[in-house]
Amino acid sequence: MTTYDLIFYLFALIILVSAFIVVAARNIIYSAFSLLFTFFGVAGIYVLLNADFIAVVQVIIYVGGILVLIIFGVMLTNKITEVEIKTESFQVLPSIIISGIIGGTLVAIFTKTNWKVAEPQILDKTVTEIGRFLVSHYMILFELAGIILLVALIGSVMIARKEKLETEEVEK
Amino acid sequence: MIEQYIPLILAILIALLFSLFLLKASSWFGPQRPNPEKLSTYESGMEPVRTARERFSVKFYIVAIMFIIFDIEVVFLYPWAVNLKNLIDLMGFFIIAEMFIFIIILLAGYLYLLKKGALKWD
Repeated sequence: MTTYDLIFYLFALIILVSAFIVVAARNIIYSAFSLLFTFFGVAGIYVLLNADFIAVVQVIIYVGGILVLIIFGVMLTNKITEVEIKTESFQVLPSIIISGIIGGTLVAIFTKTNWKVAEPQILDKTVTEIGRFLVSHYMILFELAGIILLVALIGSVMIARKEKLETEEVEK
Repeated sequence: MIEQYIPLILAILIALLFSLFLLKASSWFGPQRPNPEKLSTYESGMEPVRTARERFSVKFYIVAIMFIIFDIEVVFLYPWAVNLKNLIDLMGFFIIAEMFIFIIILLAGYLYLLKKGALKWD
């Protein structure tokens, strides 16, 4: 299993380095592009966990959709001509303390808990299993997901329409 | 299990290297005799006016969010659709109704968007 470990650590390295760039980059657009590699790395980890459908969905939705939305968000709000939006680090000490506490707790839980190890089940067709659970066991959650998407759609229309009315008034 | 992803990894690697190569190839192999006209912004023969880094219209945001939402809808449709025959055997036509409820919920949002005129590009 050494190649497996090697591939895992490669993806973990990609995730950690690019996630660090997301946080540390001075220019917000660099953060957005670095997030792309973070999402790809997570997709790779999903592949290693035999979750091939989730990996593809990760690439399609996060890389293809959410990231476009984030970059659009930067372009919509950023007045690049007048002020350059830079990210800055402040409150460094409190944030180190708080994230240290959270990280320490997680590591403590990880090492102290008596984890039950299940035999890894290798499914040759994850998609059909997901489909079966989606329409039977997780039926309500599935329909709820539809309602959440509806809320997102209507909310974005409300925000964008309001903006449009304001600009019309300015033009008049 | 991992072995079956080797072609995929190879494809990604080749795509990455090839695109990087193409990006650099013209500067490696092409002759460079710049002059001020060549180095100016190409704007279909017009003199470029103002900066290109303007604020985008918020209408693009609606298009982007629509893209994501219907993208997610397809992602939900896919595992249902590839398994439809087995599922009908298992649970009858109830599961078709179920998916149609899901689609109609999203269709309601789309109709709202159309009625609001959010897609009008004026």
